[in-house]
Amino acid sequence: MALLQIAEPGQSAAPHQHKLAAGIDLGTTNSLVATVRSGEAKTLANAAGKDMVPSVVRYTADSVIVGDAAVSAAVTDAENTIVSVKRLMGKGYQETLAQAGALPYRLTEQNGLVAIETVQGIRNPVEISAEILATLANTASETLGGELTGVVITVPAYFDDAQRQATKDAARLAGLNVLRLLNEPTAAALAYGLDSGQEGVVAVYDLGGGTFDISVLRLKQGVFEVLATGGDSALGGDDFDHAIVSWLQQQTGETKLNGQQQRQYLKIARQLKEQLSDEQVVSIDLPLQQDKHWQGELSRTAFEQLIQPLVKRTIRACKQALRDAGLTTDEVVKVVMVGGSTRVPQVRQQVAEFFNTDPLTSIDPDKVVAIGAAIQANVLAGNKSDNETLLLDVIPLSLGIETMGGLTEKIIPRNTVIPVARAQEFTTFKDGQTAMAIHVVQGERELTENCRSLARFELRDIPPMAAGGAHIRVTFQVDADGLLSVTAQEKSTGAQASVQVKPSYGLTDDQVAAMISGSMQHARQDMQQRLLREQQVEAERVLEAVSAALDADSALLDETELTAIRQALAALAAAKQGTDTAAIKAAIEHTNTITDDFAARRMDQSIRQALRGHKVDEV
Amino acid sequence: MNYFQLFGVPAQFDLDLTDIGSRYLELQRSCHPDNFAAASERDRLLAVQQAANINDAYHSLKHPLLRAEHLLALRGLKISNEQRSFTDPAFLMQQMELREALAEIEDADEPEQVLADTERLIQQQKKQLLQQLSAALDAGEPQQDQLAAELIRKLKFFFKLQQELELIEQQLQD
Repeated sequence: MALLQIAEPGQSAAPHQHKLAAGIDLGTTNSLVATVRSGEAKTLANAAGKDMVPSVVRYTADSVIVGDAAVSAAVTDAENTIVSVKRLMGKGYQETLAQAGALPYRLTEQNGLVAIETVQGIRNPVEISAEILATLANTASETLGGELTGVVITVPAYFDDAQRQATKDAARLAGLNVLRLLNEPTAAALAYGLDSGQEGVVAVYDLGGGTFDISVLRLKQGVFEVLATGGDSALGGDDFDHAIVSWLQQQTGETKLNGQQQRQYLKIARQLKEQLSDEQVVSIDLPLQQDKHWQGELSRTAFEQLIQPLVKRTIRACKQALRDAGLTTDEVVKVVMVGGSTRVPQVRQQVAEFFNTDPLTSIDPDKVVAIGAAIQANVLAGNKSDNETLLLDVIPLSLGIETMGGLTEKIIPRNTVIPVARAQEFTTFKDGQTAMAIHVVQGERELTENCRSLARFELRDIPPMAAGGAHIRVTFQVDADGLLSVTAQEKSTGAQASVQVKPSYGLTDDQVAAMISGSMQHARQDMQQRLLREQQVEAERVLEAVSAALDADSALLDETELTAIRQALAALAAAKQGTDTAAIKAAIEHTNTITDDFAARRMDQSIRQALRGHKVDEV
Repeated sequence: MNYFQLFGVPAQFDLDLTDIGSRYLELQRSCHPDNFAAASERDRLLAVQQAANINDAYHSLKHPLLRAEHLLALRGLKISNEQRSFTDPAFLMQQMELREALAEIEDADEPEQVLADTERLIQQQKKQLLQQLSAALDAGEPQQDQLAAELIRKLKFFFKLQQELELIEQQLQD
């Protein structure tokens, strides 16, 4: 390795260096990390040789344990051992109480969000997920021998804005650079390489531990177009387990279970479910209280009856998704199976029956999502220059605002292709009004109270005018990750109204920053180091990007512009060598301003080039 | 923003939608934010905005009514958010009759047949109006543009009827 790398200011020392990137499947029950090495995507095993890490986090007085070691303690220390934290991501305290039933934790409220009181103090789902992410990223960087430049994290296609934002916050807390949040079903289709060669409609049936997703994709010339998504964010293999637990309770007569008994029952239920994939009848020996035992058996037929209503629900969602896509089952050419619960023969059989085709099951259904994420991470990190794949995603749930009388007005309907920006005009109803409140919701229902509250925005600094005089144009933008941002402008004066975001079920930027600085692993000095490092990384990105742009398109600039840009780059390169975070930030902003026009010209040029094969009509 | 210009096609109502589709994919291939995942924050933001524009343009160009509205807007006639009541009694009467026909489908002896008949009627009217719209827009005269606007208003009723009809069809199938 070179001890000293010398490069011209603004030139990248090693532009074609292989970047370390990983795909992470942050699952409800299990999580995995995978990467592409020597052209092949594979999941990575941790020091204990396992690649499937149970999504379980245990807090003890002085440590945090993630994965298998935490599972074994789950029965003995239920209150401090959090399983299926994904179900709590982006959830409010009240709604969790209403939905969750009997969670064995001490739930508490943190700014309206659900959090858990542990022996280490209050921990929220973002922090708990960050522990899992950090553990996986650690496995990856140890195996690959270097720091990751970026990760792709998968989320259920059904996740709303709050859940996606919470996932991204968790990554940030774990110190990871998120290249993209990728929908799990899309990742699965990528893993099967359906982007090359396959043309037509593909359905991805993903029945995991805690979520069910159905996605309908159309593949054409390397383009993945999500036509429709549907599913149920509270239906999965866990519910199969619970169905067995209820049945067991009926058999044993133990109607009330404490935390430990509940886990005992669940453990046996899981074993039964797995065994019944291969066997017709399984016998049971269940220890009860006071050293008694219950013995009996469960047949596959009886099990299938127990879960039939649940499987039916998934098929109904499949029907709805096809309907949304305007398709019939005959048009579906391939069905991809994802999630451990698709090993249940009953599930495979009903899916095959509904779609009238045998589903794809050759890749381990537990690993397929992580593998797809790794493939996409490799592409996004820039390791695959000849990449032709284009992922066009849709927004899973409609975005709307509350209007008079608590009704919802849809602004961006579900299944709209993202990124998308839609503007809506508002006007003042009082003389001299300078502020206005807007309530943004996500969901399909007419009444706002039946939709999910996303955020409340306050528009301030509206220039005072007569009632109805001010026209405020509010732009709702959803990026490729499905995350919403809002900007506002008063039309007649052009004044920018400031937008204050209060996420209903999320953390503000300040809260995330406070969590980062507050966590024990990041003392104050670490925090400053980290902010410096973040700016240095961004500076490096800007230097690389602008240099590459100059190499390719300096013809778009005149001498003066070229000189100004070169000077800005030299200044930025110099600032990057130093340790003054603010100076680096200022140099980045200066470079951005100087190159704004250049970037816009390049974008226009690339649009013209994209249409090169076509007759371009000069209007 | 001129969507026709963005897609490099002439600003006219009659477009080859297959061609628009392939132009769309090529534009997204070059501008999609995924191509800028490792780029600077400014470039990523620029890509998100551009990709959003392309999506919006495609959405408008492929739908006949949105395309016609956009064409009129480019000519200075904005009708997308207007609040205006209709004053063509014959047209309103016809709409009421069609609406009644839809409401009666469920209770009909042969709902499938009535459904098919009503659909044919709606399709016929829609097709006729679209042809008139195309002619009016391609004339490129202010008076014809006003006529086009009127045709768009009428067509909106038919597209709405079509949606309701599809809903009834779904309910019948369930």
